[in-house]
Amino acid sequence: MFRKPLVILLVLLAAVLVVAACAGQQPAEQPAEQPAQEQPAQQEEPTPAPAAKTTLEVVKERGKLICGVNQAVPGFGFLQPDGSFAGFDIDFCKALSAAIFGNTDSVEYRPLTAKQRFTALQAGEIDVLIRNTTWTLTRDTELGANFAPTTFYDGQGITVRKDSGITTLDDLEGASICVSAGTTTELNLADQMAARGIEYTPVVFETADETTGAYLDGRCDAYTTDKSGLVARMSLFPNPEEHMILEETLSKEPLGPVVRHGDDQWFDIVTWMVFATFTGEEYGVNSQNVDDMKANATDPNIRKLLGVEGDMGAKLGLSNDWAYNIIKQVGNYAEIYDRNLGPNTVFNLARGLNSSWIDGGLLYAPPIR
Amino acid sequence: MTTNTSEHGAVPFWRDERYIQIIAQVIVVAALVALFYWLIHNLLTGLAALGIPLSFRFLGIEAQFDIGETLIEYSRNSTYAQAILVGLLNTIKVSFIGIIFATIVGVIVGIARLSRNWLVSRIAAVYVQVLRNIPLLVFLIFLSTTVFHKLPRVQQALALGKMAFLTNRGIYTVWPVPAEGWNVYKWLLLGSFVIGVLVAIYFYRQGLRTGRMPLYWLWGFLTFLALSIIAWFVAPGAPLALDYPYLAGRNFKGGQSLTPEFMAILSGLVIYTSAFIAEVVRAGIQAVSKGQREAATAVGLTSFQTMRLVIFPQAMRVIIPPLTSQYLNLTKNSSLAIAVGYPDLFAVGSTIINQSGRAVEVILITMAVYLTFSLLTSLFMNWYNRHTRLVER
Repeated sequence: MFRKPLVILLVLLAAVLVVAACAGQQPAEQPAEQPAQEQPAQQEEPTPAPAAKTTLEVVKERGKLICGVNQAVPGFGFLQPDGSFAGFDIDFCKALSAAIFGNTDSVEYRPLTAKQRFTALQAGEIDVLIRNTTWTLTRDTELGANFAPTTFYDGQGITVRKDSGITTLDDLEGASICVSAGTTTELNLADQMAARGIEYTPVVFETADETTGAYLDGRCDAYTTDKSGLVARMSLFPNPEEHMILEETLSKEPLGPVVRHGDDQWFDIVTWMVFATFTGEEYGVNSQNVDDMKANATDPNIRKLLGVEGDMGAKLGLSNDWAYNIIKQVGNYAEIYDRNLGPNTVFNLARGLNSSWIDGGLLYAPPIR
Repeated sequence: MTTNTSEHGAVPFWRDERYIQIIAQVIVVAALVALFYWLIHNLLTGLAALGIPLSFRFLGIEAQFDIGETLIEYSRNSTYAQAILVGLLNTIKVSFIGIIFATIVGVIVGIARLSRNWLVSRIAAVYVQVLRNIPLLVFLIFLSTTVFHKLPRVQQALALGKMAFLTNRGIYTVWPVPAEGWNVYKWLLLGSFVIGVLVAIYFYRQGLRTGRMPLYWLWGFLTFLALSIIAWFVAPGAPLALDYPYLAGRNFKGGQSLTPEFMAILSGLVIYTSAFIAEVVRAGIQAVSKGQREAATAVGLTSFQTMRLVIFPQAMRVIIPPLTSQYLNLTKNSSLAIAVGYPDLFAVGSTIINQSGRAVEVILITMAVYLTFSLLTSLFMNWYNRHTRLVER
């Protein structure tokens, strides 16, 4: 009884060894890749992939851009009752589509939770991530992400019930605080509370809806996320006037589009798409006057932006009217901001840091030349 | 003649059934190994191309985030490895307690379903049919949002005197904590326990000798109880003090507390799994032939005795293998805890993935841990199965 299984076992073992040996030889042709466990493997650039298609080629071939977005933050990325997406981040997806295809409809929106987003980006499921994502060193390096210019300078805040008597962070001693999983807010909260020596209990949920639901049910004394997010979520509360946002800002949250490491051309396109919206505002080019400007402008800066002179578009691998399309079809930065977050919206967020540098803000685009 | 030639290799080996079997298996294994090698190689080169090669060095870095419920010391300065350990212990806690309660509830419902009392059996049937047909995730979110979060707020806590408070921040109860006499008392307690065990063994031996088995475990337990009560008064000072929960600021402090997240995932797992266990128990009982019950009744056993002494021991051999599957399911289903905010292994892992970017590594660790849990549970249940298996005639 014992002999037969033993024989089979030995044969299998031999087979495994043979296959392992064969398999082990293949990568040996590309040296310094397989057995480099001990050395700092990161330094050694792996052999580049055999001239794969660039992201731009893939997008053009597909005929549409796949944009990773939020679906639960009104004003930034929100799935509307009619099934369409709208918001500040969504408009940048549209701007990218306009730059590539000349129209704003060639976008497939892929709603992602906070913790899915980087995996989706790494795996190539999406072409670009525009989902109020904070730029940090870790994400820039270890997550294999490249951050395009910040489109929205934000900071983390805390919402509390007005009748709770909490007015400063120090009042939160012993409180329960609701947070969403997989965001920088978890870390900022821990940092700030540790710095102030405040004891608290984090209650972590997976989605913004669950988090605010728990806060509204009174499970938590406070709810924390980026201040813009707080304003946006509060607009969905049953009685927004019963809640307030604390003065203190816990962190710096520069939010912007993100692409994968490894495709510099695509990174450039996304970067300059953002700069084009800044530049448009800086020179007063908007969707209303852009045709007029294109025909009559004498300022070389505007002429280059709109593709009247130079070959800026070609340098990016796009058509020369790439920025014209962005501004014509989506608008410049001020138009995008006002449409989604400005005085005519329920959020009425002041521009603050998100003003052009001419107005004392942080939005500063390098010259398009 | 024919047998002779075939044994001496007249039949070529590729037509010899014994060799064909082995060769087929070798080919299958080789194909599997090649497949896995290809998959792993793909993964590694893919990650290397992205500039994020597989590495577990991140485990030693500070986690920098806080976790709401921890069984061990943990702060934001602890390492990722410790954070994973916190999640792992939380998973063990909810799975272990869940398995115990699911078994108790499942056995009661399973027996109730076979009750001759119409109402009892109908209620049990409805319990099983409704609960095992609702997806667990839906059920968990239902429990969390419509039951535990809708409990009274802290300021309007439902109080049971000073002993217990029920709020949507958790259940707080009075809890004994060691006091001055504890150091002496704990040794006395240990002594009482040993004596209790000895007494039980004595009665058990006596039972074996005389053939009339007394309730040896009851005698052992009573001895332990009596001795520990005496020891209470012997000990210098009260060994245990009561720690009452009290409202301090925004939350209760002191005593023992259970968070709504823990209660939501625990009750969800227990109720859901118990419905399946009830069916397993019912099947096991029904597998015992009717004659056994009739014979037990004929010799004058009460229906409870019949169940305990005749039916159940025989039903166990049918019950245990599928019961093991249910235990494994419960453990694995505990990964849904993230939906209700309980920081189990998977929930903590999700945060780590996002903070460190080490998705593949964390998922590998998570899979390895669940696999280990499942294999250990299987191992234990298989051992128990061999132990309780009846010797067939």
